[in-house]
Amino acid sequence: MPLFEAVRLALAQIRVQKLKSFFTLLGVTIGVMFLIAVVSIVQGMSNYVTNAVAGKFLGVNTATLRSFPNFQTGNVTEAMWRMWMRRPPITIADAYAVRDALPPGAGWAIDDMRWVNAESKYTNGGPQLLAHAATPQLFTIKNLKVTEGRIYNEEEEQLGLPVAVIGVETQQYYFPNVDPIGRDIKIGGLPFRVIGVLDKQGTVFGQPLDRVVYAPFHSAMQRFTGARVNLAGVLVQAPSPAAMDDIQETVTEVMRQRHKLHPSQENDFVVETSASALSAWDKIRGYLVAAGIFLPAIGLVVGGIVIMTIMLVAVAERTREIGIRKSLGARRRDVMAQFLAEATTLSIVGAAIGIGLGFGLSQILSSAFNLPSGVAPWSIVVALALGGGVGIVSGIYPASRASRLDPIVALRSE
Amino acid sequence: MTADVRDIPLSTTGELQAVVGNVGAVPGQDWVIVTRGITRDYDMGGEVVRALRGVDLAVRRNEYVAIMGPSGSGKSTLMNLVGCLDTPTSGENWLNGSLGSDMKDDALARVRNREIGFVFQTFNLLPRATALHNVELPLVYAGVGSAERKKRAVEALERVQLKDRMDHRPNELSGGQRQRVAIARALVKQPAILLADEPTGNLDSATSEEIMRVFEELAAAGQTVIMVTHESEIAAHARRVVVLRDGRISSDERREHFVKRLEK
Ligand SMILES: Nc1ncnc2c1ncn2[C@@H]1O[C@H](COP(=O)(O)OP(=O)(O)OP(=O)(O)O)[C@@H](O)[C@H]1O
Ligand SMILES: [Mg+2]
Repeated sequence: MPLFEAVRLALAQIRVQKLKSFFTLLGVTIGVMFLIAVVSIVQGMSNYVTNAVAGKFLGVNTATLRSFPNFQTGNVTEAMWRMWMRRPPITIADAYAVRDALPPGAGWAIDDMRWVNAESKYTNGGPQLLAHAATPQLFTIKNLKVTEGRIYNEEEEQLGLPVAVIGVETQQYYFPNVDPIGRDIKIGGLPFRVIGVLDKQGTVFGQPLDRVVYAPFHSAMQRFTGARVNLAGVLVQAPSPAAMDDIQETVTEVMRQRHKLHPSQENDFVVETSASALSAWDKIRGYLVAAGIFLPAIGLVVGGIVIMTIMLVAVAERTREIGIRKSLGARRRDVMAQFLAEATTLSIVGAAIGIGLGFGLSQILSSAFNLPSGVAPWSIVVALALGGGVGIVSGIYPASRASRLDPIVALRSE
Repeated sequence: MTADVRDIPLSTTGELQAVVGNVGAVPGQDWVIVTRGITRDYDMGGEVVRALRGVDLAVRRNEYVAIMGPSGSGKSTLMNLVGCLDTPTSGENWLNGSLGSDMKDDALARVRNREIGFVFQTFNLLPRATALHNVELPLVYAGVGSAERKKRAVEALERVQLKDRMDHRPNELSGGQRQRVAIARALVKQPAILLADEPTGNLDSATSEEIMRVFEELAAAGQTVIMVTHESEIAAHARRVVVLRDGRISSDERREHFVKRLEK
């Protein structure tokens, strides 16, 4: 019997016995629903974390030289903290030494920062701002764009002019109802002329990325960020993901030489990448994915058993039909195909409903708990394949029972 | 191999001799059915029921045969063997030149599909399928494409004057109409032989006559027919009447002789 015929027959069977089919499908549907929901939540969080950490916080293909890590998996102990505090600072000379060792095509920027108080003529006060004394390459490396005005250029950097690029929250707090471009914001009593406003970055891990002010590294801003004490970060960007390891290597070598470290001594600085920051997330994701496979697996096993039971009942109920078909020339494999197709169609329909419900559930969860969610196309394919697989496996035994029925005995049954 | 079965001579009493040829010999092309000493035992948990005890039967192309006999005499068992729904315990049954008693499952299914049309007392239509789809079923298993299938099924329904009911389900049809659908389904593949096991058993006498007229027409058009019945009036429609008793053929004669014997 052609496959199409068998599937058509199976769909007709589902239509006729709606209620029974519904219960039959339930297990597979629930299993697939959880699979899809968990996968899309995990995927969504994964996208979020990757975007936020890799894209906004650290930059793509970027490594940051710091004296101690910004992202740490696990707890920071008292002893670790004391050890970090004894480390030599990252100096401006270090930053230039790193720059000079980089291969062509690599990006480089100094980004020193500290929370500071600010003032402006247009408001009575506002929150602290994260002030950056940064070379203009930072905007390229972090892919920061202005919505108004412009970014400062290399000449302004060299001259150390007091110009500033601010975040949208800074604008809201310090320039309510006025155009900030061309107006001054005061940091530590010194005026910086606003020349650009960055587009909205949002928050990452609770840090407001829009409550910021950037000024040239060589401007007076470096006094307020404490650049002469210890640079908060020297960023290097590899031209391609493949070159990441090399560039980390280069930075590490330069710094070890400058700190005159013996080969037996550990690094007294860190070269942090988004990969190292993401390893914490990967651990969490591992647990979530394990749960996301375990729950649906139970659902699918239960679903498979239900389908097998229902198919055995169907074979018993339809013994006469099988006899009729055999008397008309159905071979064993035709009967087998019919019942296998029925079990598989049932289970794929169950999986399809589960996919729909799963996405619904992930939407509900993500809006209820403010979690990001994302559709992973592979999860649909996996869900359908699992559904089909469960159908075939649980259909084999009932189908082979049906196919082996003696036509005369089958025809006689009521 | 040459055919050993020759034209069966009719004796003066009208009885047909069971000349079926030697075991193993391939029957001549004229012979649709040849059985040689077939037996069928049913093992009922230790007790063996001997439903057939050695039946020799030969049916020529275009014959119209009725099989009669008391209940339990083995009529249905014989029909199932002839129709390759079952295989004999011993003996051989030939169907259109192939040896059914030697066949395995798939081969039997193929013979049922190609050579045989069954009509049953209880119609045996699929209750949820339309008349048209029921008639299409044998073609589905023959792998005929859907357009061709529909065309041929409609033609078969036309032959039994049910074309206008082709979209009805069995429960929307009368008993006689259901049996006509079953006949259309049996005929749709132009089988070598039409086997009917008590085709009028569930029908009133007027409807039975209607079905008999259909059989009459088919036989007149050259269709080979074997029909099991309890009723002598029904059997009298056939041209040859075989009577079974206790798993053996007790008589095998022309209709005229059978009728004459009844009237005595
Ligand atoms: N599947 C079976 N298992 C056991 N015994 C069977 C089976 N089929 C038939 N028999 C027995 O074989 C004998 C012949 O049965 P069969 O059905 O061939 O008779 P029949 O002539 O068709 O009777 P009826 O006129 O009642 O239909 C009976 O004794 C019956 O009980
Ligand atoms: Mg019977």
